[in-house]
Amino acid sequence: MRALKLSKKDEIKLYDVLKEFGEVWAPVPKGSKYVYAKIERKEDLVIHEECILPIIPVKKFLMPPDFTMLKFTPSKYSIPEEDIPTTVVVGVPACDIHAVNILDKFYTTDYVDNYYMKRREKLIILGKSGTPGENCFCHKSNTNIVEEGYDLFFFDLGDYYLVWVGSEKGDDIVRKGADIFSEEVPKDVSKKFVEFRKNRNKSYTNNVDLEGVTDLMELNYDAPFWDEFGDKCLACGQCTMVCPTCTCFNVIDDLALSGETGERRRYWDSCMFKDYSLVAGQHNFRESKAERLKLWYTHKLKAFIGHFGSPSCVGCGRCIETCPVDINVVTVVEKLKG
Amino acid sequence: MKYEYKKEPELYTPIMMRIISKRDLTSDVRFFQLVPTEEYKHLNLDYKPGQFMMLSLFGTGEAPFSISSSPARKGIFEFAIRKTGKITNKIFELKDGDQLGLRGPFGNGFPIERMLGKDIIIVAGGLGAAPLRSLLLYILDNRELFGRLIYLYGARNIDDMLYKPDFTEMLQSDQLELHLTVDKGNEGYENEIEEGLVTHLFKYVSDIDPKNTIACVCGPPVMYKSVVKEILKYNLEKDKILLNLERRMKCGTGKCGHCIIDYRYTCIDGPVFTYWDVIHMRELI
Repeated sequence: MRALKLSKKDEIKLYDVLKEFGEVWAPVPKGSKYVYAKIERKEDLVIHEECILPIIPVKKFLMPPDFTMLKFTPSKYSIPEEDIPTTVVVGVPACDIHAVNILDKFYTTDYVDNYYMKRREKLIILGKSGTPGENCFCHKSNTNIVEEGYDLFFFDLGDYYLVWVGSEKGDDIVRKGADIFSEEVPKDVSKKFVEFRKNRNKSYTNNVDLEGVTDLMELNYDAPFWDEFGDKCLACGQCTMVCPTCTCFNVIDDLALSGETGERRRYWDSCMFKDYSLVAGQHNFRESKAERLKLWYTHKLKAFIGHFGSPSCVGCGRCIETCPVDINVVTVVEKLKG
Repeated sequence: MKYEYKKEPELYTPIMMRIISKRDLTSDVRFFQLVPTEEYKHLNLDYKPGQFMMLSLFGTGEAPFSISSSPARKGIFEFAIRKTGKITNKIFELKDGDQLGLRGPFGNGFPIERMLGKDIIIVAGGLGAAPLRSLLLYILDNRELFGRLIYLYGARNIDDMLYKPDFTEMLQSDQLELHLTVDKGNEGYENEIEEGLVTHLFKYVSDIDPKNTIACVCGPPVMYKSVVKEILKYNLEKDKILLNLERRMKCGTGKCGHCIIDYRYTCIDGPVFTYWDVIHMRELI
C-alpha cells in the first residue's frame, strides 16, 4: 500500500479527475442532515472536516431500495437489461467502509447474489477519516480504522490530504490525476499522522462500552426490559433502513392494469414489521415488538459473530440519531449491563 | 473490487414447469406433479429429501414448498400444497398443462450420509407427511441401505390424513413398521387407524438401539416439544433427533433475512435442524 499527497489548493481539481471514471456522488446537506447526492459541479464536491454520515448509508448504491428483478407475462419472463453507471462515492467514513466489507461477505457467502455483485463492481469508494460526531462509537466497535474495502482513503493533515491507495481502481485514479496526487509526501508526515489519530481518538463523546455484549445478549434473553422497549417501539423500521448493515428484503409481484404482464420487485424490508416472520396459516413466529427488537439486537451484537466472526454493528450511531423513541445500541447496552 | 460471479444458473430466475397431474389429498391439500417445460433441464435438478423449492407464480409471487417426491425417481417433481393464502389459492386454480416456475432446491435436507445403515424413526404430524414422504420413498427405494424403518403418522381426523390409501396399503408391508392415528374420530378405519395424538403411537416403538437410530420429525409447531420428549425417552443423542422446520422466506439463498433464527438461516442451515440446535436457539420451536 502506498500513500500520496493531495494539496488542499488542488482539491478543486479532484472532481474533474473522478468524473473520468463515472458519476461522482458525495454527501450534500438536506435540511439539518446529509444525503448522498450526485455532484454536477466541481465546486459542489466538498470534503468535510468532520465525519459525515448521510441518513441512508452506502448500501443504497449496492442494493437499491426498490428494483425490478424480472419482468413477466403469465408464462415467460425476462431479466431487464440494466445500465449500472460506475459511481465514485466520496467522503465515506471508516465505519461505513467496514459496513461494505460486511455486505461483501454477506452477499458472497453460501450463494453469490448477482444483483449485488453487478453494482459492487461499479462502485468506487473514496473514504475519509474525520472528526467523530456526537453519536459515533466506532472506537468501541473496532471500526474506527479501516484496512481494506476502499479504493482511496483521505486523512486531513492540515494543508494537504494524505491519500492511501487501497485498490487497483484507486491506483488508476491517482495515475489519471498525476498532476494533483504527489508522491512527495512531507517529511513530518508520520508525526502529523500520529497526531491526527491521537486527536481523533480523544474527540469521541459517546463511550458506550460494548465489552461482553455478546454474552450479555444471551444472559438477558428473558429480561423484562425487552417488553419495556417493545411497548415503546413504534415498529416504524427506521433503524433498519438507516443501519448500514441491514440487508433484509421482500419480494412481490406487481401486475400491470391489464392483469397479464408485470414485474417482480425486490425492496427493503424490516424485521420490525409485524408480518416479517408470518408463515402460511397466519402463524407468526415473532408476533410481539419485543421479540422483533430482540431479533435485531441479537443479529447486530451477537448472531453475526456466529456467522462471520465479527458483530454487524459498525458504531455509526445512525440508530441513535434516528429512533424517535430512543431505542438504540446505547440504551439497549445500558439495559444489558443491568 | 473484482469478483468472479457465476452468470448461470441465475439464483433468482425460476425454471419453468408444467403441471402433468394433480389430485386432492384432502379437502384443502392438493398433490401436484410437475415436469420442466424444457425437459433436458430436469437433469440439472438433483435434490435431497427434506429440501424445498421456491414455487413461482408470475403476478402472484413466490413461496417455499417442501419437495414431496423421492430424488430416486428422477424427472418428476411432486408437491403437496395446502390452500391457505394468496399464492396457494392461485395454485389451486391451475389446470393440467399450466405453467409455473421453480427455483432451487434450497436448504440442507436430511443428512442421508449420516443416516445410511441406521434405524430410522419418522414422526409426521398433519402436513408434515408431505416433506417426510420424500424421505420415506427414498428409504423404500433404497431399502437395503437402511436398518429398521418406523413411521408414525398423526392427522387431525380421517379426512385430513394425507396419502391415506397409500398409508393404509403400506400397513401390510414388511418393509416398514407403520402406525397411524387421528386426534379424533377413526370411524370406519378402526382396524387401521388409532384414535389419539401421535405421541400415543410411541407405545408401539420398542427395542430401540439409541446408538444406531436417527429420528426425523415434521409437523405443526405445537407438535415438536411433545414428540421430542417421547424420543428422548429412548436415550437418542440430541444430534440424532432431526426436526424439519418452517419459516417465512423470500429468497432461499440466505439473503432476504426472514427465516433467520439467531445466526442460522432456515434456508441455508435448515430446514432440517437437530435437537441440539433447538436447545441452543430458543426461537427454533
